[in-house]
Parts: sequence; structure tokens; C-alpha cells
Amino acid sequence: MPDIKTEIMTVNMGPQHPSTHGVLRIVLELDGETVLSAAPTIGYLHTGIEKTIEQKKWQQVIPLVERMDYLSAQSNSLAYCLSVEQLLGVEVPERVRNIRVLIAELQRINSHLVWLGTHGMEVGAVSVMLYCFRERELLLNLNEMLAGFRMFPSYLRVGGLREDLPRGFHDAVRAFLDRFLPKLDEYEDLLTKNAIYLKRTQGVGVMSRDDAVAYGLVGPIARATGLDYDVRKYFPYLGYETYDFAVPTQTAGDVYARYLVRIAEMKESVKICRQALDRIAPVGVFAIDDPRITPPPKDRVYTEMEALIQHFLIYSQGFTVPAGEAYVPIEGPRGEHGFYVVSDGTNRPWRVKARAPSLLACQALEKMIVGGLIADVIAVIGSIDVVMGDVDR
Amino acid sequence: MDPEALVASLQDAVPGARIERAPSLDRQTTIYVSRDEAPAVLRALRTRPDLAFTFLAELTAVDLWPRAPRFELVYVLVAIAHRLRLRVKVRLRGDDAHVATASREWPAANWLEREVWDLFGIVFDGHPDPRRLLMPEDWEGYPLRKDYPVQIQLKPRAEEALQMTVEEFRANVAKDRLSREQ
Repeated sequence: MPDIKTEIMTVNMGPQHPSTHGVLRIVLELDGETVLSAAPTIGYLHTGIEKTIEQKKWQQVIPLVERMDYLSAQSNSLAYCLSVEQLLGVEVPERVRNIRVLIAELQRINSHLVWLGTHGMEVGAVSVMLYCFRERELLLNLNEMLAGFRMFPSYLRVGGLREDLPRGFHDAVRAFLDRFLPKLDEYEDLLTKNAIYLKRTQGVGVMSRDDAVAYGLVGPIARATGLDYDVRKYFPYLGYETYDFAVPTQTAGDVYARYLVRIAEMKESVKICRQALDRIAPVGVFAIDDPRITPPPKDRVYTEMEALIQHFLIYSQGFTVPAGEAYVPIEGPRGEHGFYVVSDGTNRPWRVKARAPSLLACQALEKMIVGGLIADVIAVIGSIDVVMGDVDR
Repeated sequence: MDPEALVASLQDAVPGARIERAPSLDRQTTIYVSRDEAPAVLRALRTRPDLAFTFLAELTAVDLWPRAPRFELVYVLVAIAHRLRLRVKVRLRGDDAHVATASREWPAANWLEREVWDLFGIVFDGHPDPRRLLMPEDWEGYPLRKDYPVQIQLKPRAEEALQMTVEEFRANVAKDRLSREQ
């Protein structure tokens, strides 16, 4: 048998690669099919949003933060609004809290659907992608109904919501939820017991519980290792303690466990959505009653001098926020998520820093793929659900 | 555990450290520690079983320019087992902005510190991989500093395509790996 020449091969994966969910670049060193080292390189999507925010007024920040993690836009604006409201010392009415819960849970389903679709496609189950995007389309329709904008509705505002729920919104959400649960079983039929899918995902990209916490991967990744940390249960906000839902966990810590956790999370989200819908009256209060923050209704602007002045002040100068700092964590689709907001008492933020779960997931990627096979790299990148807009901001 | 008990327990773990309680609008326990005592305090926070802040949620900096001291470094810590949150802050002077790395306590701090170095120019002593994270490696200045202009004018650069032999490329990769292993 002739001598076979062996050498270690260096492969540059990305930044333009269909399975890296954006512009992630990984320099891989390979011995045959085994990954010897991996060096993720990021920054290709760095847009300096945090610097831009410092030039904006408080309310103008919302469209910017929604574009950070573009798959969970309303989760970003929710976290930002909660932090700023904490600084302002205002509390939104209960109806607004329930609507925010409903929107946050719909956003979680939305984000998980894109994750499931792309992850399924990458490991070879293309039909899952088509199915998931079909249901996501309905969620985007709900966003369009709410705010006229499908991806980045900017519907949540500091001090409440932009306007009241549209007519027929309850029925539309109920119709979606009724349709969605059987569809979820359909996805499970395609993957959960699929021998090929199991082979591609079981025992792949394993992360231990201590490592997951040390690398800051709390959220679905840590819950797949058996840690039941969920901000909604541990540090409740928006009245989540009054909702009845479970925190699904798995113990294996591999790609398959993350899949099971996210599927179960979608089912829990449906449960929360139904409870929230029952609590929300179709018509009612949608913002705090504070003339410094909430603009007056349009019909009063056109008929009353005071309302016109108030409208003008809010849209030209904005409102001031007391000096101080706040960080309110929420449970986003990718784990603990929040905005560290610093004010110097003026009408513009001094500093806004987003906690980016995807950045930390990217950092831990090396830990999960070294020693595995190159084909598994794709499955692992899919399973940690990175959004490059969140990584680079 | 209430904030007083937490600070007392921490004081007990690191005798002699000056731990300063600070008011906070979001009702989170906030403490200031000095730069020199920060490593010992952070280690105690992570390792003591009654504290066990094993999860570093956030590490970032705030530029307070033109006020002094110029920088504040912020660590947001969570003790999952005890359901506690804590914010640790370190004041840093603008002309002496360096602090010991926390990446040995929490691996998550590695990239977060690189980001702070990249955008604020705060040096982390003993950091395993002190490179820029988000900006290009040859970038000048630290964009999130308050005296850094919002809009800058750069001349467009035209560069020759990178020409490299196979040996040079391998040497670069080896050098890069060495720098990361150290």
C-alpha cells in the first residue's frame, strides 16, 4: 500500500456561508474530518448601534434596538422599555402588561420557528423550513395587523404601547394558536423520531451545565443541560408569576436536547398566550396617563391648544429621564436578555448596552465543536441559534 | 439574603476591602470596589458557597467624560442558586485605565473584555487574547468614548489583493494559534 500523505488542513468557513446565519467566520483546522481548532471571527455586521443610540432621544431608540436581534425585535424593545420605565419610576397598567406578555410570547414562537426552520434545513430536512416559514408568515401578519410593519413593528413604547389593539386582534391570535399546535406536532413527526435527525444531533456539541453557566449561555442552551434557570420564574417581570406555565428542561446538553427544549417552549408559549388573551379586554387603556411621556390622542391635538403644545413638546424635545442606571433582565428567545441603560438626566440616553446572548453563544462555539466532526459544526451553529445582528450590533 | 447580609458576607470573605454601597434606581444591589481590590472581591463572589455568583450576565463600561474619574466598569452578576443579582462597579481614571482580567473567573468575560478594550480602550491586565473584537484590527481610536466623533471622514483606501504563498499562510495561522494558546 502506498504511503498516504496526511496533513492538517486549514479551512476558512464563512463569512459568506449559507449555514452561518449571517456573517460569522470560523477558521477551522481539520485533521481529516475532525476539527482540531476553531477560531470564530466576528464584527462583519458591526453597525455601531450603541454609538448611534447616544445621539437619539429616548423614544427614538426603539426602532434601533429592534434591529439588533432582528429575529426577536419586540423582545428587544420590551427589554429596553422596561429598563427606561424603571429609571422613570413609572408602572404601566395591568392591561398593558398583559398585552406585552402576549407579544413577547408570540415573538418567542416567531423566533423559535425561524430557528427550527433554518436548523432543520441545515441538517437536511428542507421541508421543515418550508413548514416553519409558513406558520411564521401568519405571525408576521399579526404584526402587520398590530402596527403595519411585519418585522420591526415598534409597537411597544416607553410608557405603554403605540396605540390600542386593532379590532379583531383577539380572534386573529386565537385562530393562529388553534392552527399552530397541530402544526407543531407535524414538525415533531418530521424530526423528533427521525433516525437521520437523531444521528446528526444526539451526542453532538455537548455542553456541561457548569460550562454553560460559566460561558453565560443561560436560556435554552442551559435548560438543555438540566438547569431550570428562566428569568420569568427566577426574577419575574410583567406579572409572569401569575401565569401558569412550566420551564421545560433536558439533561443531555446536546443539539437534540436543545431542539426538544425549544419545541416544548413553544408549547408553553401557546399556553401563556391563551391565558394572556383571556385577561386582555378588547378595548381599554394602552399607555400610562402621563402627559410628559404619552402623546395626546390625535383628535384632541386637532381641537385643543394644550394638547397641541403637549404633542409638539413630546415630538420635538422628547422627555427627560432621571439620572441613574437600570438593567432589567427578561427571558428572550435566546436566554437572559436586557439593556443596561445609563441616563445623565437629559432627554438622550448617556449609554445603552445590550446584553447579547448570541455573542456569548458565539464565544462558546469553539468549546462545542473542537474534537467533533466538520459536519457537526453546521448542526451546532444551528442549535445555538446565533443572530449575527445581535452578535455585532 | 438581603443587601446588607450580602455585603457583610462579602466583607467577611475579603477582610480589609473597601466595599461601598451605592443607591440604584432599579432596586438592584450595587457596590463599588477599588481597582486593586476588584480581583479578590470578584473571586470571593464566585467561589464562596454562600455567595456563588457563578453567572456573569454582563460586563461593560461607561465613559463619563468630561467628569472624573472617567470610566466606570460594570459587572452584572447572578447567583442562580440563591436567586440574587448584584452589580459591581469599578471606577477607573482616564489616564490610567487598566484593570485585572476577570476571564479566569468567568470564561464569558473573555469576549466581553475584548469588546470593552475595543470600544473604550480600557486595558485588561493578563487577558489571554487582547485583540479588538468588533472593529477592524488596524482601527485607530476607541469609538464608544465620548470624545470620539460620531461621524469621521476617512479617505477611501484601495488595496492590492492579498498575495501570499502557502508557507506564509500556514505561518500566519500557526502564529495566530500560538497567540491564542498563550
